[in-house]
Amino acid sequence: MAYLDINHVVRKFGGLVAVDDITVGLEQGEIFGLIGPNGSGKTTLFNAINHYYPANSGEIIFKGIPITRKSTHEICRLGIGRTFQVVKPLRRMTVLENVMAGAFLRINDASKARDKALEVLDFCELMHRRDVPAKDLPIADKKRMEIARSLAGDPELILLDETAAGLNLVEIEAAMAIVKKIRDSGITCFVVEHVMKFIMGISDRMMCINFGREIARGTPREIASHPEVIKAYLGEEYAKGK
Amino acid sequence: MAEIKTMAKKSWFLPAILGIVFVAIPPFLGGYIQHLLILMMMWITMATAWNLLGGYCGQVSFGHTVFFGLGAYGGGLLLLHWGISPWWGMIAGPLLAAIIGIPIGLITFRLRGPYFALSMLALGETFRIVFTNWVSVLGGASGVVSSRTFGINKLPYYYIALTIAASSVYVVYRLMHSKYGYYFVSIREDQDAAEALGIPTTKYKMYALIPSAVFTGLAGAVWMNYIAYIDPEVVFSLTGISIMMILAVMVGGAGTLWGPILGGVIFVLLNEGIRATVGPISYLIFMVIACLLIMFLPDGIIGDWAKIKRVFRREKPVYVGGE
Repeated sequence: MAYLDINHVVRKFGGLVAVDDITVGLEQGEIFGLIGPNGSGKTTLFNAINHYYPANSGEIIFKGIPITRKSTHEICRLGIGRTFQVVKPLRRMTVLENVMAGAFLRINDASKARDKALEVLDFCELMHRRDVPAKDLPIADKKRMEIARSLAGDPELILLDETAAGLNLVEIEAAMAIVKKIRDSGITCFVVEHVMKFIMGISDRMMCINFGREIARGTPREIASHPEVIKAYLGEEYAKGK
Repeated sequence: MAEIKTMAKKSWFLPAILGIVFVAIPPFLGGYIQHLLILMMMWITMATAWNLLGGYCGQVSFGHTVFFGLGAYGGGLLLLHWGISPWWGMIAGPLLAAIIGIPIGLITFRLRGPYFALSMLALGETFRIVFTNWVSVLGGASGVVSSRTFGINKLPYYYIALTIAASSVYVVYRLMHSKYGYYFVSIREDQDAAEALGIPTTKYKMYALIPSAVFTGLAGAVWMNYIAYIDPEVVFSLTGISIMMILAVMVGGAGTLWGPILGGVIFVLLNEGIRATVGPISYLIFMVIACLLIMFLPDGIIGDWAKIKRVFRREKPVYVGGE
């Protein structure tokens, strides 16, 4: 049994099958990349894992515990943190207060939570922004703050949803370094991403989905040259031309 | 939140000075001023209680009059049926408020959208109508008549109201500097993000609702003992209590510690001042003033303090870049 087991998960929105029978297992300590064209169901799969849009059928098991029917906050307490594709900063709170809100998951005392938050801000290189209201941050720092906020709750698995979207090249390099640092600290990373430079550069293993179904799985190199992946991204004729 | 903390740090002596003034001065004041002070303490308590749930936790209630009315009737019903001293209402009233508040919260806090706000609005009106018409059990439209324990002496009532106002502010202050406060504000700012941070949002909304209901109920119990008469049309009034509590908080500054205190004081001064000079159109004038304040100071006097200072120093506004 894998660390995070996703078994035949299906999620429908009316007649649309957004996630169609996905089965995948994540191993502890790896960076697992998930790619796919727009609307292929990547974020929906994340939402099924943390029960934001619960799976219609199938089962999700984390460390041997079935979490399919647990609520979002219980899943977080079990050790699965996440960030959002469309960032959700706690707008009128400062960066430090945002991260403290995350730290209170396992720490009850305010001054200890503050220490923990400062430690995580340091880890994510956000210390210089600590007293800025979250709404005034540029997008790159908002994304980084979401990572910090999630890390403050000491997750064992973190779901990173399009951490590099909207970032420039320098910011992408920095974000890659942080994800690697997170993995090196022992946290398993499940990464959804469109920016190929980012996801190809950090993933240990990858999966590509389209229309809610798995079309390829393997190392970044295998995925990059897989005809189904090329077809999904560039169209039929490019796949044949290769 | 950040501004509150720095303000609190800079002005730690302000509560101490206010405390001494409010304890030592009132015995030397006239009866009418004492009356105004009692009303102020009551409104500070109510605005602070509403602010905990509405201002900090973002759960806007259009029916806090339910808790105020139940606070008043807690003692009233004991007196009416068993002839027990209405002072027991200081326990029974808040208890009743919490007992009614809990199921409403448990049902509506699970839903997203305006369900809690609207349920409270409906509940307030329901209670007003039921209490006005159910004569045998609730006393009906003629209400409950009590008598003042301390005769014409207002000071005991004042000190009770002061104690309750001070403890409501203290409780809110302590809550807001703990895990609870951070969780309340997180829920207000983004409920999805809060859930994803592991915050059981329904539970923490209840943690904000219960003290809010209890302190509003306490204010109702003090009022019942002080006025010595409950009129269901007054204690379950939508415009007189529910809406005025919201306005007092908005004028002072929602989501700030000092906002509801200032708002409560301003409300009583305006309301009494205007009523004394122009009579029954006082509500209209108060509403116009509230509208103007909300137009120009949407975050209230405390929330927009920086803006007010700029106007007086004739500085140009600074625009902070947002998204």
